[in-house]
Amino acid sequence: MLNKQYVIAVKSLWVKEVNRFLRIWIQTLVPPAITMSLYFVIFGNLIGERIGDMNGFSYMAFIVPGLIMMSVITNSYSNVASSFFSAKFQRNIEELLVAPVPNYLIIFGYVGGGVARGLMVGFIVTLVSLFFVDLHIYNVLVLIASVLCTSILFSIGGLLNAIFAKTFDDISIIPTFVLTPLTYLGGVFYSISLLPDFWQGVSHFNPVFYMINAFRYGFLGVSDVPIVWSFAVIFTFIIIGYSLVAFLLKKGAGIRS
Amino acid sequence: MVLTLFSVLFDDIIYDCLNILFHRNCLIITVYVSLIIKALIGMNAIELQNITKTYRGGVTALNGVSLKVAEGDFYALLGPNGAGKSTTIGIISSLVNKSSGKVSIFGYDLDTQLELAKSQIGLVPQEFNFNPFEPPLQILVNQAGYYGTPRKEAFIRAEKYLKQLDLWGKRNEPARELSGGMKRRLMIARALMHEPRLLILDEPTAGVDIELRRSMWLFLTELNKQGVTIILTTHYLEEAESLCRNIGIINKGELVINTSMKELIGRLDSETFILDVNSTAHLPETTDFKFTVIDERTVELELAKAHSLNSVFELLTAKGVEVKSLRNKSNRLEELFLELVKNGVIDAK
Repeated sequence: MLNKQYVIAVKSLWVKEVNRFLRIWIQTLVPPAITMSLYFVIFGNLIGERIGDMNGFSYMAFIVPGLIMMSVITNSYSNVASSFFSAKFQRNIEELLVAPVPNYLIIFGYVGGGVARGLMVGFIVTLVSLFFVDLHIYNVLVLIASVLCTSILFSIGGLLNAIFAKTFDDISIIPTFVLTPLTYLGGVFYSISLLPDFWQGVSHFNPVFYMINAFRYGFLGVSDVPIVWSFAVIFTFIIIGYSLVAFLLKKGAGIRS
Repeated sequence: MVLTLFSVLFDDIIYDCLNILFHRNCLIITVYVSLIIKALIGMNAIELQNITKTYRGGVTALNGVSLKVAEGDFYALLGPNGAGKSTTIGIISSLVNKSSGKVSIFGYDLDTQLELAKSQIGLVPQEFNFNPFEPPLQILVNQAGYYGTPRKEAFIRAEKYLKQLDLWGKRNEPARELSGGMKRRLMIARALMHEPRLLILDEPTAGVDIELRRSMWLFLTELNKQGVTIILTTHYLEEAESLCRNIGIINKGELVINTSMKELIGRLDSETFILDVNSTAHLPETTDFKFTVIDERTVELELAKAHSLNSVFELLTAKGVEVKSLRNKSNRLEELFLELVKNGVIDAK
């Protein structure tokens, strides 16, 4: 009885989350498509032609996987962060807290919503990129696994941010001051082999670097780091993030007095 | 009596034994058989044992509250602002973590059987807490989903409650566009979507006009007749007196009164009435009761419990004073509440 009940509960939460970002599609789905089109035109076409090849591929083909991943990361994160924080702010999180929904299902529901938006935006950006470059898939399993795991990880990150957040400013600080620099320095626009040895070493401490490389490997078959390492880092962060979120929800941090 | 005692003492044991007997693969049998046994022997809807709550800043909101509310009861929980009513409700509905004590809802322990305990409760909080951008129909269907109600069934129930509470016409409007009264009714409908056995209402009629308030009273009375246990906090003492059978008064985090409404009202030494009369010129002089003239056609009568209204009418008739109409000066519970404040039982500050 309880298992069926739980499936309905998590499905309800997930459908609610998906409806939320679809209802405001102009704010959620259109901007990434426009921003990435600009990246493709400016960095890929105009500047990229002067840069030449990168790791044996045209600059445009090289940056497309990174830009898709960048959209997935930011959208997964911001979807969960803003949705969960709004629910806290408007107190409609209480609808879930009084219901017989275990904390892990609350995490699954919100993370599921973030993943849905991340993947949908990723798909849209991929479609847009087809106007600029012929995409070839080298390893579809690595491609799917890396984008899915990254989306899960950053959805968990968004949830963690929302649990701690007390004001709307708090949910924009992390994306602005942490997420964006990590993404830009994670090798979206360049191969780290171009960097001096010291900065190459520093780049290995950036988790986003592993995610972009795994995804790029799925498309191009090239990576600055072994794929196994990439997935090991992603899974480790997922486990740490999930444990932290589960612990905070159990304690009622930010949601229960 | 013996069976109730048995129920209280052995509730968890019954559950655990059945669990072992049927093994967890047959949880459904365990839950149903447990429910049947509990239904047969009777139980409390709520049982609080020595609940304390100290907030992080060191404020003690509840200081050893113990309370039992029987199944099917209509119970009023009153007290001045900041007395601990909302904290009590928060703990019962698991929105507030208790510092110590034990809570059970229809025999389900809040610490060990949280999900089962939660599924028994419908909560109507004091403040609007739905997503203002979602329409009522969506809010209700989602809420039912959280309790495991299949979507098809959820739509049927949503239609039923939206129609009963006169919100059907607004089902697809964003909730923020509803009037204050509609928002209150939406929260009641939402709390009923999983058909709870216990409904907790925290000041449900605050800011609601009198006509709507009375229609909500009728609705709640009907629900209670259908077997739903109701706990109500309110500042309208008339509401508590006319709806509730039992009453608890919380003051400074302690339950200072927990009795039947009848018994509490019976504690009033006297009652005050306002009489509209043809003239106040020839009022009888008596020590049995006290008349205070308000104006030439209105008089206030303070009547001790030992005397009846018949004797007052007899005296007035003998003096040629005709009573056109009569009403209570204030609600009886209100008088009693003020008396408790005056005697220091309740601190109204």
